This record gives sequence, C-alpha cells and structure tokens, in this order.
Amino acid sequence: MKSLLAILALLAAAPLVAQDRPTPPAEQPAADEGLTGSVSDESDWQDLGIAIPGFATDADVATPASSGGTAALGKELARVITSDLRDNGLFLPVGPDVLPQPTYPEITAPAFPTWKSRNADMLVHGYVQGMADGRLTVGCYLYDVALQSELVRGGWVVTPADWRRAAHKCADLVYSRLSGESPFFDSKIAYIAETGPKDHRVKRLAIMDSDGANHRFITSGAAMALTPRYSPDYSKLLYLSYLNGNPRIFVYDIGTGTQRLVAQSSNPTFAPRWSPDGKTILYSMAIAGNTDIYRVSTMGGAVTRLTDGPGIDIGGSFSPDGSRIVFESDRSGSQQVYMMNADGTDQRRITFFGGRAATPEWSPRGDQIAFTHMVGNFRIAVMSPSGDNLRYLTNSWQDEAPTWAPNGRIIQFFRTERNTGRTGLYQVDLTGRNLRRLKTPVDASDPAWGPVLP
Amino acid sequence: MKRQLTLGILMASALALAACQTKAPEELPPPPAPAATPEPAPLPSGPTPGSQADFASQMSGRDVIYFDTDRYNVDAEDQAALQLQAQWLQRYPAKRATLEGHCDERGTRDYNLALGERRANAAKAYLVSLGVDGSRLTTISYGKERPVALGSNEEAWAQNRRAVTITID
Repeated sequence: MKSLLAILALLAAAPLVAQDRPTPPAEQPAADEGLTGSVSDESDWQDLGIAIPGFATDADVATPASSGGTAALGKELARVITSDLRDNGLFLPVGPDVLPQPTYPEITAPAFPTWKSRNADMLVHGYVQGMADGRLTVGCYLYDVALQSELVRGGWVVTPADWRRAAHKCADLVYSRLSGESPFFDSKIAYIAETGPKDHRVKRLAIMDSDGANHRFITSGAAMALTPRYSPDYSKLLYLSYLNGNPRIFVYDIGTGTQRLVAQSSNPTFAPRWSPDGKTILYSMAIAGNTDIYRVSTMGGAVTRLTDGPGIDIGGSFSPDGSRIVFESDRSGSQQVYMMNADGTDQRRITFFGGRAATPEWSPRGDQIAFTHMVGNFRIAVMSPSGDNLRYLTNSWQDEAPTWAPNGRIIQFFRTERNTGRTGLYQVDLTGRNLRRLKTPVDASDPAWGPVLP
Repeated sequence: MKRQLTLGILMASALALAACQTKAPEELPPPPAPAATPEPAPLPSGPTPGSQADFASQMSGRDVIYFDTDRYNVDAEDQAALQLQAQWLQRYPAKRATLEGHCDERGTRDYNLALGERRANAAKAYLVSLGVDGSRLTTISYGKERPVALGSNEEAWAQNRRAVTITID
C-alpha cells in the first residue's frame, strides 16, 4: 500500500511531462494536427492496423522487472500493449515478435518507409530506461505512418514491480487518441474464484489487473466469499463473507490485510457497494426476513435506512455524480429496477419490459444502466436511466451481474453453464459484437471493475 | 413385488426354524406372526433421543419444506411438516435449531440471499406461532450457493427452493 501510494505520488508529479525525463536524442518537433477527423468514427478506427515493435533501451541494464534486462523488458512492454488492444477487439495490432526492432534513436525518428511497406496505419514506438535508483522510465509515442507525424506521446516513471502499468498507460494513450474514448486498461478487477463441486463450491476473493496479470487470491476459501467491490482508490475491498458462519459484509484493507465488519448488527448483510467518491457504503440488511438498503459513511457513524417497504430492496448503484441510486426491489411482486435520490426520496420503478430486471449498475459515464434481464434466460442488457432504450448485449442461458469498464464502453459479467454450474468471466462491448471470455486460473464469478488508476 | 419377496424370506426362515427343532410339535405351529419376524426393529444403537440424528430420523424428510419459484409462503404441506418439527422441539425444550433458507440457481446472487433469508424466517415464524420460543431458533440464508439437486431443470430447482431445519446438538 505504502509503495503504491509512493508510485501514485510519483506518477502524479513526474510523468507525462516530456521535459521531466531524459529524452532520446534527435527528437523531432511534434506535428499534432489534422488527424482527429479521420478517426472519430468507430467503424473506421476499429480497422486501423497498428504496428507495435519492441521498445528500445539506451543501455541494456538489469532490472527486477525482467530477467533479460531492459532490452528484453522493451519487448515485453510491446507485447502487453499488443495484447491489451487485441484482446479487447480494438484495432488490428501487430506485436513485437513479428516486427523488426527499432533502434533507440529511431524511437523519435521512425523509419517510416519500413512501416509503410508493412501496411501499418499507425505505429507505436517506445523506450525503457533503467534509472540509477532502480525505477524505470517508459516513453510511448504514437505515429501516423501515412502522415509521418507524431499524434501523441506519454512518459511514466514506475517501480520495476509496476512495469506493466506503464504498458497499460501506453495502450490507454493509443486507444484514447485514436478512438476519442476515455482510457480503461490501467485498472483492476476484483472477483470470486470458484472451485469444487456444484453443491459445495469453494469461493475465494481474488484480484487481478484488467488483463488478468498480477493475479492474487485474498481469501483462503475456508469461509465462502461473495460479491466483492473495489474501492475507487483500490485500497479496500467490500465483500460478503460467511466467516463465523453467517453472511456479513466486510471491508478488507489490501495494504494491511485486515478487515472489519461494515455493520455492527446480528442481522445478515448483503450486496455491498461504494459511492463513486469512496466516502459512502451502501449495504442491504435483512431484519426478520425483510431486506432493505442502508447507507453509512466509510468512516462509520450514523446509518441511514433508504428503503422501508415490506419487499426485498437490495443492491444499489450510484450515478457518477453521487446524487441518485438505481437499485432492485420486488415490491411490485417481482424483481424490478427502481430509482431514488441518494437520500432515499422519490423512489420509482423504471423497468417495464416484462420478466424480471435485476443487478442494475450505473455506467461511469452516467448515460446508461446495465442490468440482468430475466425472461427465461438471464441476459446482460443496457437501458437509459429513464428506463427506455432496452438493448441486449448477450444471449446465453445464464449471464448476470454486469460491471462497467471505467470508460463506460465495455461490460464484464459472469456466465453460468447449465447443469455443471461452471462459471466464467466474460466481457462484451456496447455494440454486443466483441464478446470474449477472460482468462482466470479457475472458474470465476461476481466481477467488479474499478476505475482507471491515476 | 417387494411384498412377495419379503413373504418368501419369511417362509424360508420359518422353515429353517422348523428344521432346527428336535421334536415334532403335537400341533402345527401357528403361522409366523409379525412379532416373530426378524423385522428391522429399531436397534438399541439408534439415534440418541433429542439429537439431530433423532430429529432427522423422526422427521423422515419433513425437516425440509419446499417453496414455489420466488415465493416464501408456508403452504398446508409445509405447515404439517413444521407442526411435526414443533412437536419435537417442544419435547426437547433445551434444544436449539437453525433454519437454513435456500434458493434455486435461477435467480441473481444478491436477491437469492435475501430470498433465502425470507424463506428461513417464514419457517421460523410458523414454528413460533406454534409455540416454539423464537430465541431457540436462528436463521441463515445460503441463497443459491448450496443446492442439493445438481441438475438445471424444474425438478432440481423445486428440490433446492427449501428451508431446512437443523437442530443443534
């Protein structure tokens, strides 16, 4: 935790500023004009061929980030960027293993004719330098090959342990510049790892980077863990645990490895959620069988009960500005999605699609709500916050629990296989076209995607 | 079919008994009475009265009640089962019990946790209405996490929508 904070502070202070870092020689002035029009349309930018050769290094020095030193690390960085783009169905990336390795001076003066002959529309160049204190400086440049001009550049100082973050930052830079969308690669996911037979699944809390790297189990599986949520600053996890036998929500501090109960009550608590600013926690608590939604400050203190009907009111997801909450209730007789102000006032139903509607999650952009629609099968769908414009993104036997990418363009969820009960994490973009399964060490459910790291 | 088989075995054992006797009786022996048959009589090593094993054996399946999809009402069949449970609990007033609420897999996770809690509480409320002290009963929901029937079909789901009473030894 402390080291992460240090890095964040460093990143905030040093990076992204070209003059702060040792720049490779023979740097050309950037001509950063004239390309935005050609990449604003999704269908056009999706087809861009992007060459991502290995990053160069000025001096091949040893680093804990790679057994091969900074030269080998340069290639690894390019591989991570290539995977980020390829795995998310973005562009047509070609990675360093099939491309010539540029020299260090070429990073700022690309051999454009070479890349043109390889039919690359875009070119990503970069470098990695080992610093005297052991940290790494990574530079990232995006060039338009036809125009032979630089579109954008970025630079980051990272500890060796965090080298992948520099690659994700570079992928984010490329993606944002070419698509016009907000970044999302440099983010993390909390989820539940599942093993064992269907009638006695072992469920463990786990975390990983958005690309599945840096995977880590948080709990041992001795107590069943469910429904995690990452705090917006990634320092904590809310989740449900059957520790001591009863289902209760805990807040787990990743830095210290300690946890505490969110609600001091003999009643069961479920469905924990953070507010976007991380200052408020929503939870649902059953009293004598009746479940309602409560809110409490992360610091503790007074608890506010937001719902008080006889039905099951559960879950809740804040609008990005924190003013409203979309939640789930069966007060009408079946699960439906409702909206209320953050203080619990003005509660009204917004889903009238037939079937049942559950697990609403407000997009970080605010423009859409993802949810699980159940009419026979369980499907991931989106709608506008008014409850209009229903659109299905998946069609399978049982897909549930959508969670948004930090840029509001991609949704993750989990899929359960009929009969076997096997589960896996999937993601789909808002077009519904790019559906893929995420790689996890074992079966997986209950994904929760956090924001982009600063 | 099964009855015939049992009869066959009984007759065979009667013959065996007859063969062991040293003298022929003056009268024909009476037909083998039920008392004389080696029925699987309760063994002396049966469940200890008042134990969870005793409860489960006495209830013979009625330690579990079942619910319709998304429902938590206690119907007539459930009431009969809970009455039997209540009788046992009143016979052993020192015993406590946990009521587990479960759901089928065709529900979202959070909702099923709340629904399981509802079902466990519906069973508890009925036991309390029959005179069982509520302080002896605790509830816990497992949502859809602990199915007993493993298929993905109506029959399996019906078995999984349940409230299970487990007494605490």
